[in-house]
Amino acid sequence: MSELTLKTITELREGFRGGDFSAREIAEAFNAAVVAGRQLNAYTVETPELALEAADAADRDRTTNSLKPLSGIPLGIKDLFATVGVDSTSGSNILKGFKPTYESTVSGNLKAAGAGMLGKLNMDEFAMGSSNETSAYGPVMSPWKRNDGGNAALTPGGSSGGSAAAVSAGLAPGVTGTDTGGSIRQPAAFTGISGIKPTYGRCSRWGIVAFASSLDQAGPMARTVRDCAIMLEAMAGFDPKDATSLNLPVPQWEAGLTTDLRGKKVGIPKEYRIDGVPDEINAIWDQGIEWLKDAGAEVVQISLPHTKYALPTYYIIAPAEASSNLARYDGVRYGLRDTPEGGNLDAMYAATRAAGFGAEVKRRIMIGTYVLSAGFYDAYFTKAQKVRTLIKRDFAEAFKQCDLILTPTAPSAAFGLNEKMADPLAMYLNDVFAVPASLAGLPAMSVPGGLDSQGLPLGIHLIGRELDEQGVLNAGLAIEERAGFTHRPKRWW
Amino acid sequence: MADATAPYRIKGETGDWEVVIGLEVHAQVTSNAKLFSGAATAFGAEPNTQVSLVDAAMPGMLPVPNRECIRQAVRTGMALDAVINRWSRFDRKNYFYADLPQGYQISQLYHPLVGPGEVEILLDEKDENSVKQIGIERIHVEQDAGKLMHDQHPTMSYVDLNRSGVALMEIVSRPDMRSPAEAGAYLRKLRAILRYVGSCDGNMEEGSMRADVNVSVRKVGGELGTRTETKNVNSVRFVMAVIEHEARRQVELIEEGGEVAQETRLYDPDKNVTRTLRSKEDAHDYRYFPDPDLLPLELDEAFLEECRSSLPELPDAKRKRFEGLGISAYGASVLTAEVETARWFDGLLSAGAEPKQAANWTVAELFGALNRTGKSIDECPISPEEAAELLKLVADGTISGTIAKQVFEIMLETGDAPSKIVEERGLKQTSDTGAIDAEIDKILAANADKVEQYKAGKEALFGFFVGQTMKAMAGKANPGVVNERLRAKLG
Repeated sequence: MSELTLKTITELREGFRGGDFSAREIAEAFNAAVVAGRQLNAYTVETPELALEAADAADRDRTTNSLKPLSGIPLGIKDLFATVGVDSTSGSNILKGFKPTYESTVSGNLKAAGAGMLGKLNMDEFAMGSSNETSAYGPVMSPWKRNDGGNAALTPGGSSGGSAAAVSAGLAPGVTGTDTGGSIRQPAAFTGISGIKPTYGRCSRWGIVAFASSLDQAGPMARTVRDCAIMLEAMAGFDPKDATSLNLPVPQWEAGLTTDLRGKKVGIPKEYRIDGVPDEINAIWDQGIEWLKDAGAEVVQISLPHTKYALPTYYIIAPAEASSNLARYDGVRYGLRDTPEGGNLDAMYAATRAAGFGAEVKRRIMIGTYVLSAGFYDAYFTKAQKVRTLIKRDFAEAFKQCDLILTPTAPSAAFGLNEKMADPLAMYLNDVFAVPASLAGLPAMSVPGGLDSQGLPLGIHLIGRELDEQGVLNAGLAIEERAGFTHRPKRWW
Repeated sequence: MADATAPYRIKGETGDWEVVIGLEVHAQVTSNAKLFSGAATAFGAEPNTQVSLVDAAMPGMLPVPNRECIRQAVRTGMALDAVINRWSRFDRKNYFYADLPQGYQISQLYHPLVGPGEVEILLDEKDENSVKQIGIERIHVEQDAGKLMHDQHPTMSYVDLNRSGVALMEIVSRPDMRSPAEAGAYLRKLRAILRYVGSCDGNMEEGSMRADVNVSVRKVGGELGTRTETKNVNSVRFVMAVIEHEARRQVELIEEGGEVAQETRLYDPDKNVTRTLRSKEDAHDYRYFPDPDLLPLELDEAFLEECRSSLPELPDAKRKRFEGLGISAYGASVLTAEVETARWFDGLLSAGAEPKQAANWTVAELFGALNRTGKSIDECPISPEEAAELLKLVADGTISGTIAKQVFEIMLETGDAPSKIVEERGLKQTSDTGAIDAEIDKILAANADKVEQYKAGKEALFGFFVGQTMKAMAGKANPGVVNERLRAKLG
């Protein structure tokens, strides 16, 4: 592995601008790492030529002093983002071979900022999953192994599993993820990297394949908090093509970074201490509290009383929206089409969707269809919307007493492949700490806190007020500095 | 003809039946772009040429509301005196069909843009007291679907998405109509209002306006019966035919001991029958829920004020204004029925024409000529200004009414201005007593016997002398002067 692939975006930017190495050298190093890392199954499509093309443009721009914020930085793009002329399949058979004629706003923003694309990253099918095992391309392997001497294959988490594995293994310095109910934060925690889901509406959803529209948000995943700030600044921004996009200027998050948390109050929600969570999770949480105190913050105990309803609420709202969002994959206009001999239109729908969707996607379409059905709508969907409002209110009340909320990211470290596939409820529990912030549309971030006794990374989770990405990033940076997390997975691939 | 205001009854074996009618009118919003995408909306374009990525429901595409479509629906609501809901929301109506790319239609079930309003109809257009109010329950805004083409390939159906995503207003009436004639009057009135407002071109042949017809029957004054809904009826005449047919079918069914099924039906205009499309049991569960891609629609006062102030004078107000100018109720009604006619006639008035004369001339002469030549008012070769000039030539005695008809014909043919025609062809009416006297003298001399008879008391011959004089003067003599001179000479 080249030294270059060990560097952060910040370091690459500095070295490239200072003339230590060229953008082409960076791109070539990562292209090689992508090839060498194929065992991890992190990428579904490799686009070395696009990385080189952007790199050459960056090298030219350097000679003319017209550098852009991400000039020279090659990135991986989650397969949920439509990328012009490059397969964009959302990890699903039903979109196999689909090459959009358009570029998602977020990936387009990154390109416009000078970034190159290394390839498309594997993910759970339509972002539905917490282990990257529902992908039509097969699971992603975490680069991490337990220190028990065994060789068990671990999940990098999901749904942005390919994204997390790529950053963690040095197959990209930064990547895009999307987060509907923890899909950036949980994989970041599992692989020892940082990832932030901004406030709902910060990043345009245009060109991102919809899972649950009221929850979906794009965000960056990278090795450091500063790298996340750099990427998020390029990704975010008002987009008139997305009616839910926030019409606000993008703050200069990187320039605003500080680890001085004096005067800040950090809330610790008592409802996040739940039975059955390993002591090590609570221990890293307590460690996080100490670090933030050390950075000058005051710690206060808070209550988010409706926390226990968040997961069931999420598993009504998200599938309901998904059942409708995924209706367009019908075999009529693009993607897979299966027309049984002698069958009519309904037979084509049934055959196409039976062949094109995996088990988890079908499960969620059925749940979503059920909760929206006549006679069940009020009992499930309307009730869930009401609870969602209560959960939002919980946060609004809590933020009268504190500026930030600190929790663990996930209730466990990375688990083994196939460990939870047979038990969807156990799988869904992975996102128990992540989902409330999604329902409330709040900015939230996971940063690495340390390793557990098995040598696996554990994440610390920060939730901020609406639009206060800066507060989240600053607290994340304060933890990062104190945690001194420099662990990398030992290379076995 | 039966009294237009008499109740409409179906004579059954068991007595008289009343029919109860409600209409859901789908009116395409006049707009250059679709409801949630920037795609164009031209009618009759080549298949799939008016389609954006959003309309084709490509992965990751999102709807963004088109302000103009919302504005037109709000203006329509205001024109129907309806409640405008400052807060409304879009819902998804989920179902699978090949002409519905998203797998759902974006519509408004729970919180429509426009609430209750009403439309005033005249049961007898010659009687301004024969008014009836038809209630409007709501207007909501929704997307149209595409179209399947079954005639392009022996074994396959093709899909044309040009209409996919086009903005529709669904105008839902209350079940207030009691006869085919009332439904016809309601539709015509609604169409006129939409066209005045400019929110829909009302073109039923091109599908810009279509109606779902809800019909039930009951014994006069009895409980409401079960209704059927006949979908997508695309002319006023067909709507009336559907009601007649459906009411009779239901009465016969009930009287034979059957029951009306709550179902959706289709009208076949060739055979003039309706038939079952799907029964209640097959009804879709549309799983309506709020569209998470769209924020609620919140209208501020400035927007509403702009909508209000941009409303034109509406048919009823215009009719009353015309009546106030001395125009007959019938004339006012005819002149305001179509926005183009009303606009043309208002042009005639502003060009200085005297209202009553102008109304009589427009209804009798102009409409007659347009009918004869098969032209619409928009294709009228005569401008309101030219027509006003013609009427002025009559009013000030420059030409006679008879000559005016000639001049009008020449105007239609040549498009020349009336004064030019009168000048060039020497059609000016003469009041020159010298010339008139000379002709009168000749005529009296040539008809000495008739002069004798007249003087002996046969006064009816006076008209003969007038006619002869006018003929001799080639119609250009001022009839008043001719009369006066004749009386003087005949003593």
